[in-house]
Order: sequence, then C-alpha cells, then structure tokens
Amino acid sequence: LGLALYAGGLCTVSGATFLYHDYCVIGAGPAGLQAAYFLQQAGRDYIVFERSHAPGSFFALYPRHRKLISINKQYTGKSNSEFNLRHDWNSLLSHDRRLLFRHYSRDFFPNADTMVRYLEDFASLLKLRVQYNTAIIHVTLEKNEQAWNGHYFLLTDQDRKNYKCSSLLVAAGTWVPNVVNFPGSEYVEGYETVSINPDDFVGQTILILGRGNSAFETAENILGVTNFIHMVSRSRVRLSWATHYVGDLRAINNGLLDTYQLKSLDGLLEGDLEDLAIVKDKMGKLHITLRFYLENRNISAGIDSITLPQDELDNFATRAPYDRVIRCLGWKFDFSIYNRSLRMMPGKGNIKKYPQIKPSYESRGTQGLFVLGTASHSVDFRKSAGGFIHGFRYTTRAVHRLLENRHHGVPWPSTVYPITQLTNSIIKRVNEASGLYQMFSVLADIILLRENATAFEYLEEYPIGVLAELERQTGRKAGSGLFVIIMEYGKNFSGADKDVFYYNRAVGEAQHAWQSNFLHPVIYYYKRLPTEHEMRLRPPDWPLPRPDAIHHIVEDFLTDWTAPNAHILPLRRFLENCLSTDLRNFFAESCFLFAFTHQKLPPSCQQGYMRMQGLLGSQELLHHAVQAGLLQDYSHTDFSGDRPSESHDGSQEQLMRDHGIPVHPLQHLVNAKDE
Amino acid sequence: MSAQKGGWVSSLVFLLFCASSIPKCGSASLQQEPSPQHYFSGLEAGKTSLAFFTPSVSPGAQPFLEQIESSAEVLKDYGISVVKVNCPKEDVSRYCGKENALRKAFLFRGNRLIREFPTDALFDVNSIVANILFALLFNEVKYVETLADLENIENVLKGKSNMVFAYVPATGTAEHRAVMEAAFVYGTIHQFVLTTEAALLKATSHDDPDVSSAWLLFCHCQQVTEPAQPCRRTALAQPLTLLSIHRHLKLMGAPLVTEVAEDPEKISTVHLQLGLPLVFILSQKETYEADRRTAEFVAWQLLGKAGVALLSRDLVELNVLHRSNVALKTPEEGMPIQYLVLEDTDEVITLVEDKNKVKQIQEDEQEEEEDEDEKENNNQDIQDDQVVEAVSRDKKRELPLEQILVLTEENFHSSLSEAARTVVLFYASWEAVSLAVLRSYSEVAAHLKGTLGVLLSRVNCWDWPGLCSQENVTQFPTIKIYKEGQQSVTYDGMWGTEELSSFILLSQVPCPLKLTTMDEAEGYLRGEIPSELSSHHHTSLLGVFSTDTSKAREAFEEAGNILSGHVRMGMYFEDDALALSRKYSVSPPALLLARSGGRSVEGIALSKHSVQDMVQMIRYELLDIFPEITVSNLPQYLQLGKPFLILFSAGNISQMERKEMLKLAKGRPQQAFVACWLNLKKTPVGHGILRTYFSTTPPLPVLLWVNLHAGGQVFKFPSEQSITEMNILSWLEKLQAGLEIPSSTLSEEDWKPPLPAYDFLQMMEPSVPELSPQPGKTPDPPKIPGGDTARGGGDTASREEPSQESTAEEFGSPGRDLRGTAPRLAARDKQGKRHSEL
Repeated sequence: LGLALYAGGLCTVSGATFLYHDYCVIGAGPAGLQAAYFLQQAGRDYIVFERSHAPGSFFALYPRHRKLISINKQYTGKSNSEFNLRHDWNSLLSHDRRLLFRHYSRDFFPNADTMVRYLEDFASLLKLRVQYNTAIIHVTLEKNEQAWNGHYFLLTDQDRKNYKCSSLLVAAGTWVPNVVNFPGSEYVEGYETVSINPDDFVGQTILILGRGNSAFETAENILGVTNFIHMVSRSRVRLSWATHYVGDLRAINNGLLDTYQLKSLDGLLEGDLEDLAIVKDKMGKLHITLRFYLENRNISAGIDSITLPQDELDNFATRAPYDRVIRCLGWKFDFSIYNRSLRMMPGKGNIKKYPQIKPSYESRGTQGLFVLGTASHSVDFRKSAGGFIHGFRYTTRAVHRLLENRHHGVPWPSTVYPITQLTNSIIKRVNEASGLYQMFSVLADIILLRENATAFEYLEEYPIGVLAELERQTGRKAGSGLFVIIMEYGKNFSGADKDVFYYNRAVGEAQHAWQSNFLHPVIYYYKRLPTEHEMRLRPPDWPLPRPDAIHHIVEDFLTDWTAPNAHILPLRRFLENCLSTDLRNFFAESCFLFAFTHQKLPPSCQQGYMRMQGLLGSQELLHHAVQAGLLQDYSHTDFSGDRPSESHDGSQEQLMRDHGIPVHPLQHLVNAKDE
Repeated sequence: MSAQKGGWVSSLVFLLFCASSIPKCGSASLQQEPSPQHYFSGLEAGKTSLAFFTPSVSPGAQPFLEQIESSAEVLKDYGISVVKVNCPKEDVSRYCGKENALRKAFLFRGNRLIREFPTDALFDVNSIVANILFALLFNEVKYVETLADLENIENVLKGKSNMVFAYVPATGTAEHRAVMEAAFVYGTIHQFVLTTEAALLKATSHDDPDVSSAWLLFCHCQQVTEPAQPCRRTALAQPLTLLSIHRHLKLMGAPLVTEVAEDPEKISTVHLQLGLPLVFILSQKETYEADRRTAEFVAWQLLGKAGVALLSRDLVELNVLHRSNVALKTPEEGMPIQYLVLEDTDEVITLVEDKNKVKQIQEDEQEEEEDEDEKENNNQDIQDDQVVEAVSRDKKRELPLEQILVLTEENFHSSLSEAARTVVLFYASWEAVSLAVLRSYSEVAAHLKGTLGVLLSRVNCWDWPGLCSQENVTQFPTIKIYKEGQQSVTYDGMWGTEELSSFILLSQVPCPLKLTTMDEAEGYLRGEIPSELSSHHHTSLLGVFSTDTSKAREAFEEAGNILSGHVRMGMYFEDDALALSRKYSVSPPALLLARSGGRSVEGIALSKHSVQDMVQMIRYELLDIFPEITVSNLPQYLQLGKPFLILFSAGNISQMERKEMLKLAKGRPQQAFVACWLNLKKTPVGHGILRTYFSTTPPLPVLLWVNLHAGGQVFKFPSEQSITEMNILSWLEKLQAGLEIPSSTLSEEDWKPPLPAYDFLQMMEPSVPELSPQPGKTPDPPKIPGGDTARGGGDTASREEPSQESTAEEFGSPGRDLRGTAPRLAARDKQGKRHSEL
C-alpha cells in the first residue's frame, strides 16, 4: 500500500522528480512522531523525514549525562488515565496503552536511552510512515494557485532527492549548539563533546559558562572530584520551583547551589560573557580577563603583557586560574535550510533561538508551514510547557485539529450538552484534563453557548492566542457567548526572585479565589468573541482580554476541584449569573410542584423531569433535603390548613428562606497548606 | 528638609493662587490709596485695617501682593480692610521711606499700629488670615508653651467657663486659621488656648499622638466645682476645619441629656440636625434617678458622637415592648426609630459607634456598599441545591453496594458477556445527581436480588474516563443495559427505584414477545406469560396480525424495540390470528390492550403503519382516561399540552366521584382537557400546590381547572356544588365564557440565579489597574528600552530587545558580580552586540 501511495505521489516539475505528499514532517523526534500519529489516525497522506537512522536522534546524544529531567510518575493513586498524564511528562499521546512511558522505565527521572527506545516503539508499533536517513538540507516554495496555501513546499535531501508537499510541519527541534565568541573562546570545550567521565576532572578547577540545566547537570557530575567549579552567566539563576517553568533550573540538578551557599568553594557569578576573555598561560592554565584589556594591548604579545583584572583589583572574583572552561549554553533552531522566500526569521529578544510563529503555530513568514515541538516554544517561552514533550504533545494535537478544519473540512471536535451539564462538564475537565494543566494559560477549553443558552458546545484545548479567529479556525459558531476555561498561576507568584514559600501563600476560601497562587482553573466569560484588536490590547501578562465576568476556582492542595461547597457551588453561581438562569438540580417532587405552580420551569426540571428523567431520590436523600430546609415535607400536614399564608407566594422563595444551618468548613484544615 | 518641603508646598500653593487670582486682581475688596497722607487721614477709630506700602514700581513684592489681594475678601468678613498705599517717589516718611518697611504689612486699629508683619510670614491666604486674627484676638486666644501655663489657665477657668485647647503643628497653617476663625466667633464664650508645642500635645492626649496633625480638645471646666477636680475633656475626632470646630463647639454647648416628654418621632435636637443619632433612654417613674445617671454616663461616653435623651414612658404613650429600654433615632429622613432591649451601657455605645463606623466608611471610601453586599450575600457559600446538599449530608452512610459489580477498563468487556443482561450505571463519584441515582440503584439491586440473568454493575467515569467516552457516555448518570455484551439500550426513564427495576425486568423479555399458540396469547393477556413478569402488573399489549399484514407487523416490531423496557408487548401472527381478534371484535392488524388491574381487554384497530405513529399511538393508549396523577407520571400527561381538570382528594376518591369524573372524561371530546385526580396521601406535595393556589388548604375534595399551558389561571369548582358530570359541565361552560374569576394564576417568573456570584472582576480591578473596562484607555505603556542610550544607544538591535534589557536589569542584583567588582571596567565595554542565549 505504501508503495502504491508513493507511486501515486510521483510527479514531475521542471525536469526534477518530486515525491508528493499532502503533509511533510521534518524530524522524527517526539513532536514529529506525535504529529505523524494524528495524521495517520485521520488517514492523511503524510511522510516524516528523519536525518538519522532511528527516531529521537537528539536523545541519542543528549542529555550528555543521560538523565532526563522530565518526571515519570508511576503512581498517583488514581486510575484516571487522562489525569495520570498530568504527571507523566514523557509519554506521547496515542490510543495504545502499551505506549505509556511507565511501561518503559521505573525511574522517576528516566534514562535518555529509554526515551530513544520508546520513540522507536512508538514509530514502529503505530506503523508511522517515517523515512529515515533523510536529512532535509533545503526547503523552498513553488507558487501554485491550486495548492492549499498558494504554494507547494519543495524539500531536498542530502542525496538531492526532491519532495513536494502542500503543508510542511517542522518538528526539527533546536539542536544547533549556541556558541559565544570572545578572545580565548578557542580554549572552551562544548557541552556536546566534553568528557562525561568524572575521572577526567580529578583535582581540576573548572569554569562553566551558562546557567541552564545542562550547565548544572555537567557540574553535578563532577562536583565531587574537582577542586572547585565556578559558573558564569549573565542572568541570575532561575529556579524552576520559583518560576514554575519546567525549563529553568530543576532541583534535581542544583547540587552546586548547595555547595556554593555552604561555602564549599564552588560558586556562581553573574557577568556578560561578551565581556570575557580567556588567556592561557605557559602552564596551560586559563585566566579570566576582560575583553577591554585585550583591545588595548598587542594580542600577539605573551600572557605576561596582558593585564588581568586582579592586577588592578586584587580581590577580583575569578582571579584563580582554571584548568578547563566548559560551555553549556543550550541550542538554537537550524535556520539554515530554509530558502529566503520562506522568511523563517528568528524571534526577538530572549526567543531568538526559535523561529517566529503565530499563536496558531503557523510560521509568520509562510502560510502552511507549522512549527511543532521544542522549536515552537516561542509561544510560551519561560511560561508554560510548550517546549517540552508533556506540553507539545497537546499543541501538536491542536495544530492537527486546525489543519483538519482548514484543509479537510473537519470541524474542531466538540460535544453538545444540555445546559444542565454546564457545571459538570467544567468540573470534569478541570479535574482530569492534562492538556489544560500542562499547557496552562496557552491551551483552553472553550464552551460555545447555543441560542437561549439551553445547550452548549464543548471544545477542548484550543490555543487561546488565536481566540479571535475561533470561528474560522474551528468551523464552529460562537454567536451567543462563550466561556474560556484555562489554568493559571497567581499573577505575582512566579519569578526568579520570588519567595514561593511565604506564609499564607495558599488561599483557602472560595471568596478569595482570585488571589490563588498555585495552578488553579480560571473561567472567562465573554458575551461575544473578543476581536483581534481586543486580544492585542489585553493587559500585560494576561492571556486574554478583559472578560465580561471571570471566575477563579480556589487553588486546591490536592488539585482536586470537586468539593461541593468550595469549588462547585461558587462555579455554579458564576455560571448562573452569566447566563441569568437557575442551574440547581431539583428532585422530581420539586419539579412536580413547580410544574403546577409556575408557568416556566428551571432548566434541570425542563430537561430532566419533563422528559421523564426526573430524579425521584431515595427516602434518605429526600429526608436529608427536608432536614436541610431545601425541600418541604408535606406528608405530615394535617388538613385543617392551620399554617399561615407564608408559603403561598411560591416555593422558590420558600427554598431560599428555609436555609439550614450552614456547615462551616474547618478553617484550619482548609488552610493546611502552610503547616 | 521639611522646611524645604514646606517651601515647595507653599510655592506650589502660591502658584495655584496666582493662577486663580489673576482674573481677580484689583478686586473690589482691595482698597487703593494714592498716598500715605491720604490713608492715615481716612482711618476711623475702632476700625481695623491692614496696610502695605508700595512704591509705584516695586518688582520684588509682587507675589506677596497677590496673596494679600486674594485674602482681602476673607478679611473683609472680619471687618478688616486691606489697603494698598502707593508711595509717591519723593516720599521718605516712616512707612514709605525705608526700604525695610516696604517688605512689611502693618495692622492698624484706628490709627494705632497693632503689629507689623514681615511679608514672609504672610505667604498665603491661610497664613494671612491666621496671623492677622491671631494678632487681633490677642486676649481671646492665649498662647501657651508649657504644661504649667495650660494648667494655670485651666485652674482659673474652673467653675467659670469652658476652655478650647488647640494644638497646631505650626502657625499660619490652614488648621491655625480654622482655630482663629472659630475663636473670632466663640472667643467670648470659651477661652481659647493655642500651642505649637508637641510636648504639650503629648501631655494632653492619651496615646501616642501624631504631632504633624492638629488636635483640639474641649475642656469642660465650667461644671467643675472642686479646684482639685480636673476638667473633663472631649477631643474633636475629625480633622480641624472651621466647620468641624464649629460643629464640635455646638455639640459641646448642647445640654448633656435632654429630657423628653413627647413622641420621639417628633423630637429634633442639635445632634439630629448635625447628622448624628439620638439615643433615647426609656425611663419610668420608679427608676427615674437611676435612668438619669445611666443617661448621663452614656452621654459622656457619646459626647460628640450622638445625643442622649431621657424619655419618660409614663408621659408618652409608646406602642413598643415593655421590656425595651433604649431607642435609637438616626438622622436619615423617614428611618423608623429602633426600639431595643439592651443590657449594658457598652451595648449602647457599640450600637452608636458601629453605626458611625459604617457611615464613616461610606463617606470615606464608599466601601459600605461592598460591606452590605457581603452581608447580603453571605448566603452565597451556603448550599442551596437540594440534591447536592442531600447527597453530601448522606455521604457518611455506607451504601449497600455489594450486589453491584465494579467495572473497570480491564474487566468491562469480559464482565458483559457473563450475564444475559448487564446493567451498567455510568456515574462520576463527585457528581451529586450520579450519587443520588447510585442510592436508588443500590435499592434496585436489593429488589432484583436473585433475579436470574441480570447483572448490576457500575463504572465510575472519574476513574475510567476512557471507558466512558468509548461507551459514548457524555453525561452523568447514564444507565445502559447490555444484551449478551452486544447491543445496549440506554435507560431514559425516571431515576427512581421502581421505575428502574421495572425497566430492567421488562428489558429481560423480548419486545415484542412472539406468541405461538392461542393459549399463550390468552395467558399473555391475563398476565401469566412470560412467567418472569407474572408477579408484576403491567398493561399488556398484544399485536395481532394476519399473515398478510407484514408491513404493519414490521412497524410493530420496530416500535417494540423503541419502547423496550417501558411497555410489555406481545405479538401474535399465527394462522388463527383472525379468530383471536374476532374474540375481541376487531380485525387484524389490531392491538389488544389488557390494562393492569382491570380484567377487560380492549381491541383497537391499527390503521397507521409508520413506526413513529405506532409508537405514539401505543404511548397514548397506555395513558389512563382518568388517571391518578403522581410525581412520576405527571410528565406523560403534561406532554399532551392540555389544561388539567384535577380533583384533589385527601385519600382515595369515592366511587361516586370516580363514576362522575369517568363519565365526564369519556363522554367529552378527550382532546379538550386531562381529567385526573390527585391523592394527597400518596402525593403529599399536592398540599404545596393547594397552598400556592389558596393560602390555606381548602376543604377537600376540591376540583380545579388548571390552565397549565396557556395563561396559567386556576379556577376552583364551587365547593357548595356536588361533583357531578352535569354540574361540572355547566361550570366549564361558564369558565369558557369567561364568567368565572380565577382563584390564582401560576407565576410567570423566570428562573433567575438564586444568589449573586463572587464578583472577582470587581475585586481584581483595584490591584490590576491595567484591567480597566475600556481597553482603549490604557494603551500599552510605551516601551522605552531601559538604559539603552547609556549603553551606546541608537543600536537598532538592542532597541529591539526590550525584554532582554529588562531581564538584564533584573539580574543586576548584589552578589559576587564580575561587574560588581570591576564595575567601571566592564561598563566602559558595553557596546556592540550582546550575547543573549543564557
């Protein structure tokens, strides 16, 4: 079948032979395979190009010390597979339950070789169409009005074989090492090649450039055998547990912070690497000096003629000579293979290692070119998890859904529910959905209300950056208002310099939920879809523009938002007030009474009882409802009618008035987070 | 530093005044005199004037002049005229000649010079008015510097008059002016004492006072009889302004306790006029003396905050509880007087002070609204959903679920094939309705215990979301019945134990059940076949088809599929079908209907052959002609969309009533209304209906006409008439003719949210200013690349990296910084592109 497909895809343009596919995916890493899976499931014509002989070639080499820092949590105490994905940062999405990472490794921080094996299995078990040993070395465009996007993508591999596609999905990752040039940078060893054998560092004094996880991982490995390690970078250390960003320094790698602060000779320094210069003395020792000194001296002269900072400042911090300098500065996207016409531009500022893309993951320069995986992290760099497997497996699915709608007329999947299910559908998702949780503030569930608010349509994990384009991107109508459900950290909680352990950091009461700090669900209500203009003018640090109403579900220690009074009740009140209706559930008996005494019925009676699906309730439950004062017990009424006329003005008021004694939550337990 | 600041402030004030006084320059209140001679000759004895002398050209004193000019109006109110005297060039007299004198202002009473002021003491209107009045009221306002001076004055005043003691941080301030202006009015009544000594302030106030703000005490020295007794003091709680001082002195002047002998509603005192509450101590002849003491005690506590009146109950007829001892009248118009029973004087004080506190907040920040909202909404966090509340109250009870198999993703498919019928409840363990149904389901399990071929099971979708979505379960709860693990039927009936049990039982037998012999058919109609259902009473429905009516038969079978579980359906299409149908005087295709309880069998010809029509017809035929309405069957009858003629009965209805009503129901065109009855014993909620219609339960039985679908009017059949077909018919005719008045009308109210939600948007706004309602109003702050110019700006690359700049700045933290140890060296070398990938 594959052969036939390939043969069918052969075509000839200007003498060269092109193999045609609707979709070309560059890179068979996690993102490329994830995209392939969805394309395969949808029955699309696609091919994945991989330069190596096997998937996940990046993981074959990196991390050098082989320990992945993405968690592989085997036990959560829950069987909910969707929920468990919240704590499984390595698995890709598929229907095959064998392809869960916990079946591959028992380590909380697994070995990178396991990832390679997992990716191999993922590609082979799911029979994904991957063409290995194919390095795409050039990508260009061919204008054609018939093409989906007005042009085809022409790809050339290392053997000058050509391929042609309607849509190009770039999942090539960021693999070009960042290097920095300064006088003496030739003495610097790169993370890519530096020895990982601690024996090679015995009794040495090491300087590490960079302050990311790779730098600390390198330091961690040799911490015990070196004289001391110094670490230089321009930025202060960003601890992931303070920034809530998984790409910052993870606690598993931070042994050097410990030895630094306990004055065990290791240390961290801040300084711009551009200012640095390294000179080698006759003994082969490396001295740190400043570029400034070199520029004023004759470089050809020996070390003795070069001023070192300590000559002027005799307590200069890095005056001790080093045996080795190691560069651990991360990677960047390979821009080199794209023809200028594709306008693949680097981002601005701290995202210049990534290509410029829109929040829909489509390239800013070329229509039909989507960037997936790590290379797409510019959308949520230093915020969410879009640069990591546990994040981009969801953004890849979102891109696939956008493409299905755009090219195949398959609208964004959605489920229609009666309005009585509104609270439930939100509670269900915020409690188990993994995409919302991992890609917090980036992917959102959208509830599109139907006219008269008697029903609604539920769309999962839509990229909120393109909320304004929702109707066009999903093929769904948003005419009668919408809810947007996302997860957020507290606005001022995260940051490299923030104390995330301060007292009373956790909010316990629902009425102060908007001050919640830890990840918690937030629901935005819009009477109409925000426009692109409004999206642009949204408050800084806000994922969305000002809504017509907003609701925060109070943060929860167990991330279990199913408490009837603290979580569900305030949510219901919020939804009721947005829709101006009464979303309470009623027993059949109440509906019966309403049917005889009201011309209109509340939605739960209308959509349940009146359709012969009333909730009759067991004796115990009815008794409890009576005890709570929420249901009147008429069975003991004597017939003389001695009750005053209090209740004649409608049972609605009656229900309101007869509130029972409130059950006050145990405050100290609610706030137990600090103790 | 503070002087500098003060100077800055005054120059600001000065600027403001310049701006505001320019158009007023040369206003009428400023007198102009051509020469000193002219001025001095015109001075009247006893008249006060403030004069300043200016040469025709005076460049330096200009700002001062403008201040003087603008205070002229104010000073005029105190009878002081402000005169600008022009000095002719050649004049070398006392006032014009010396350069020095030109920098001063002179206060004259008549032609006697009282004081001269350097112009720098008169920097603004406040200082001019304060200083001039201070000079004039030299006797009325004593200036003290030590505590001893103050005590001396106090001792002298004891028994004679009261003292007003004011502390101002400096003379010439607005507070100083306010005190002086008050002294101008009250100086003859009370002795005013002024100080600027912070030490004195500390000595006279209790807690640590703020020396930067003014402070005023009213010392009640007049009532002091013993020289050793100190004067009581009442501090002014508001900031010092002329108005607040005036108000305070007015309150201090009012009698401590007013005795009242008239209707408190009509009473008005200084306090009420000044917007303060009035507390009445209700007194009786017997306790008058004690009450009077109480009143005085309370009055002292509330001095300046509320008035106190003593009301003799013996003199005024009060329509209040005898126990009431305190009343509170608030200054708001139309607010009724509150009568209270209090036990302690502290309660009186708290009562007033809390009121004031609320008021203060209202005045200051308008937070009171929120406060009230909170009070109103404190029900928000109380559960008002009867189902959720009932379930959570029941959560501690352990459910008897051992009969119900727990299914998981692992055992789901294998379990389905174990029994002929597997009932699966899909639910979510956090969802209230699910849990309510689970309770009924456990009762069903008990009911059906021992029933062969039926397995009850459940799937918690919170544990197994994949399984639930795979089984197409999108809402909770859902019950499906799987036949041999294959097809499934979704339960769509009432969530009740009986209804569900009956559905499960009926689903066990094929629907329709194929009967093969006449005997079987007869047995089926008698309810004996199938044996599984023999103990249950259902209406039996038998379709009789001759061999040539296959189309109708197929439709009937299809209808059976749809109605499976709800209806007991049989089918007979043997050769002798004709004989069977003849027995019931119909010809095939026909339906034979054996109602539960009744022994008769009805025969109905099947004329319509579409599935939909057949389902509808069967459903319709299953409805009773004169049903007893219950909670579970009401929706079926409501679906007919007709008005109800309903007889509410205390128990079973009498034979008589049943007969008459049946006649009515059968005799009339049935389409017009639903004739039914309600047994209040069985359906006690009927009492609630009657109470809604009539405030009390009327004598039973009661016959009502309820327009449930159009207009919602409720008419009551006259109770004096007996319930007979004829009477009812004539009543109905009158109804139709509009001759009857409805007893009640169903509420048309919409179902609005029972309570408001937390308004987080409003709560967030103060702390998130960028969240303004008009996004246009807060455009993005212009992005100024921090420190770009200092680092060799003009470099477009660096300008394009504002975020990088800001992060770089953020990192400029103390520590062992390369730049920190060699800052200048590094800074000099900051040009060019920067490394950004860290």
